Amino acid sequence: MTDAIQTPVPVISCRNVWKVFGPRPEVALAAMKADRDARPEGHVTAVRDVSLDIMPGEMLVVMGLSGSGKSTLVRCLSRLNEITAGEILIEGQDIGRLNEAGLIELRRRKMGMVFQSFGLLPNRNALENVAFPLEMRGQPRAARIERAREMLALVGLKGRESYFPRELSGGQQQRIGIARSLAVEPDIWFLDEPFSALDPLIRREMQDEFLRLKGMLKKTIIFITHDFDEALRLADRIAIMKDGRVEQIDTPDRIVLQPATDYVARFTAEIDRARVLHVAGLAGPVAGRAIDGPALPGGQTLRDLARRLVNDSRDWIPVADGTGRITGMLERARALDILLGDAA
Amino acid sequence: MSMVDRIDLTPPSPRLNAPILMLGLAALLILGRAWLPEGLPAGLMRLPEALVVPFADWINAAFAFLRDDLGLMEVTRAFAAMLEWLLDVTANILYGKNRWPRLGPLPWSVVAISMAALGWWLGGWRLAVLAGGTFVWIAVMGQWQWAMETLSVIVVAAPFSVFAGLILGIAAWRWKGVQRILNPILNVAQSLPHFAYMIPVVVFIGVGPKAGAIVTIIFSVPPMIRMTELGLRKVPEEVVEAGRMGGATPWQLLTRVRLPTARGDILIGVNQVIMQCLAMVVLASFIGMPGLGQKLLQLLQALKIGLSVEIGITIVLIAVVLDRLSRAWAKRQPLHHALGLSWARRHPVLLIWAVAVVLAFALSQLFPLLAQVPRREALSIAAPVDMLVDWLIRLVDPVTTWLRWFLITWVLIPLRDAILWLPFSAVLIAVAAAGWAVGGWRSALVMLGFIGAIALSGWWDRAMITVYMVGFSVFLAALIGFPLGIWAAGSETRANRMLLICDSLQTFPSFIYLIPVVMLFGVNDVAVVMAVVTFAAVPLVRYTIEGLRGVAPELIEAAHMSGTTRRQMLWHVQLPMAAPVMLVGVNQSVMFSLFMVIIAAFIGTQDLGQELQRALSVSDVGKGLVLGLAVAFMGLAVDHLLRQMSERMRQGGGA
Repeated sequence: MTDAIQTPVPVISCRNVWKVFGPRPEVALAAMKADRDARPEGHVTAVRDVSLDIMPGEMLVVMGLSGSGKSTLVRCLSRLNEITAGEILIEGQDIGRLNEAGLIELRRRKMGMVFQSFGLLPNRNALENVAFPLEMRGQPRAARIERAREMLALVGLKGRESYFPRELSGGQQQRIGIARSLAVEPDIWFLDEPFSALDPLIRREMQDEFLRLKGMLKKTIIFITHDFDEALRLADRIAIMKDGRVEQIDTPDRIVLQPATDYVARFTAEIDRARVLHVAGLAGPVAGRAIDGPALPGGQTLRDLARRLVNDSRDWIPVADGTGRITGMLERARALDILLGDAA
Repeated sequence: MSMVDRIDLTPPSPRLNAPILMLGLAALLILGRAWLPEGLPAGLMRLPEALVVPFADWINAAFAFLRDDLGLMEVTRAFAAMLEWLLDVTANILYGKNRWPRLGPLPWSVVAISMAALGWWLGGWRLAVLAGGTFVWIAVMGQWQWAMETLSVIVVAAPFSVFAGLILGIAAWRWKGVQRILNPILNVAQSLPHFAYMIPVVVFIGVGPKAGAIVTIIFSVPPMIRMTELGLRKVPEEVVEAGRMGGATPWQLLTRVRLPTARGDILIGVNQVIMQCLAMVVLASFIGMPGLGQKLLQLLQALKIGLSVEIGITIVLIAVVLDRLSRAWAKRQPLHHALGLSWARRHPVLLIWAVAVVLAFALSQLFPLLAQVPRREALSIAAPVDMLVDWLIRLVDPVTTWLRWFLITWVLIPLRDAILWLPFSAVLIAVAAAGWAVGGWRSALVMLGFIGAIALSGWWDRAMITVYMVGFSVFLAALIGFPLGIWAAGSETRANRMLLICDSLQTFPSFIYLIPVVMLFGVNDVAVVMAVVTFAAVPLVRYTIEGLRGVAPELIEAAHMSGTTRRQMLWHVQLPMAAPVMLVGVNQSVMFSLFMVIIAAFIGTQDLGQELQRALSVSDVGKGLVLGLAVAFMGLAVDHLLRQMSERMRQGGGA
């Protein structure tokens, strides 16, 4: 077996993607490539030389403040926006080269998207909104109604099929948006700040709902948010964006432990690290130390294991993965420092 | 006080110097006219005859070419024939004109029940009573034939306009080029007076119902184009993106995402089309369109006040019903039905309507009065109205006679003489100076272009008479409108009530305003001014209220906390903040006045309107269009000036 078959092919792969808004984007782009600090008059650079890979089944959260280009990036991935330079491959296919029919086909079969302000059609009821993408691809009426019913039941809106969007609360409207985006059974699921327009309690509830669906559906997910806590809570990997550039792309643990830039460090400074850091992420190599006593489950956070960490008397505690294999050793003093908030 | 000081302290910006110089020049010219022993050279007084451009002849030549050499006549006649066939069908059904399909006339009770059902479905029982009641009134008053003549044209013309407007609106939204061409055309079209549309139609089609229908279609298309384009632009980006992510093709995106989402604005466009249709159909009586308008025109000219009040009430009722119905349609939001309801339970209005219509058909076979109310059995309120009006006139006559005498001898005639006395060169320079002051040299050129074109057309004197009538009317309207608006804005309930009145008044076709003034002042300049004042005060009141109510509440609270008195609040906070909106009101007021002055011409004025009606009576296209464009240019010049002012105020943050 060769290497190429063992390493999985990324579902989405961006190579040096640029998106410049303005009257003459190519000219502005050339100026910026020549001089890194150029700011061409009348142009806005929303995405600046971004390269990243997203693996099958992975969930990437793109985090950034408003104006950081995160929403534009996701619109480039779905080609709602044409990119100025670079290339975007979806399952190895350059989507910039697709003609209109090919692009429509790609969206009808492979992609689903959830929008911040829901993007529901006001003249259609919940059922018809969910059935919309199916209708677009010409599915027979009975089949698409059936499928739309299933999807609404999945997101907990059974019995509300005939309600119109304006008769429902924000959270319920977003559930319709989620059901609609999943109706075509997409492989790639884009969510553009799906919970930002909701109030905090509903947001929490929708995040739990989302985690449930995520566990059930096993899709490749690109999730946009401006909320760092939300990113930490949901992500496999986080990409932090600023001024169109990706500042750091890594697992939540590593972003918290080793922020790549000062900008990233400012986000991580305020958070409760014990809630974010996983034992496995903090553990060092075994390095010949003696393994004795029960091991800690690596997939849990320090906060989850707080009582055990306090009561344990070992200086170095072994850490095991899901199968029980020892993967490393955790230095208890360091873990306690983080837990008590004394860590520098 | 500090605000005033601050303004005085700022040095005048260098841009202000040019307009001051120009104003000085204009003043010099006027002084020269007054003090030079032999007056100004004639060339500065009026444009020399030799320089007058024969626009009218050119237009006539162009039209002759279109009509005769290009054979456009055949095309328009073919279109008119198709339209005539449709008009005959609706005329047969609505009032039994003896034509195919020979089904009509529908019994009036069936029409009234259908309208009531429509009202109920769209807006509940109040609207049902209003819509049904209106048609009962029409039947009982014996005006069924005339009203149906009028409505049969609207029924044909409005769908044509809506369809054409929708297509053009989509094109303007889709292609920048189309928008760039359409926009200036629409600007001129919306400020051309009604009569200017009629003359070319008379040339191509002749007079009668089909000419009336065509002029109605042309006149009512512009708002539909505007609203369609606006609605499509307002569709939220995310909804469109959701459609694209759902895999919609561009055609699916337009028909299933954009147009349904823009439904509200498009239906407001439909509402405006219907109202414009009604206004035009009533006026089309001037080109031989039978119906309520023609009846009203005859009765007004014969000074039969009681009967014209009857017709006036009918027109007003129809206007209000059509407006409320189409607006209720625009506002109507879909509602879900509980699961498992039967068809009948989901469509109760439809069911009741069907039963009631069958009943009405059957009953009208038994009782002919339910099918048609013959003229001699109809009720009339003309006699008591005439009595009441006679009594009222006798009561107020001393006042109106004095007012008429005072206005004519001390205001109108001196004002007219003064404005005609002015050298045209001074007026042009002053107008350009005003443009420069608000919008720099570009605006100066725009103003000069519009007003200069009027001078070149050779209709300067007539145009100045129009200017004085409009100017004086708007001034009077402002004296009434602003205080009324400020008073009404003082309390929420007063404001809402006043806005409702303004809304209703604005739906009336302008023709209606002539009834009371002719009644009170007879047929002369004063009556025209009074009609224009009433008509023009409505937008002033409305925008004053809206401007004052639009002031941010935090600003008011902040001012309260700074200890302002009511008067200070009004003068230093509310009015400066509301001024841009109030200027929009002034702008609309001027437009309304221009239209009204032209319509009122048939009671006898000496301005452009009267010439326009003369051109209409001999179907002189060139003259008619030149006069119409002269009116439009005046409107556009004022529009440009006020818009620039309003824009500058907004950017300056109010004052």
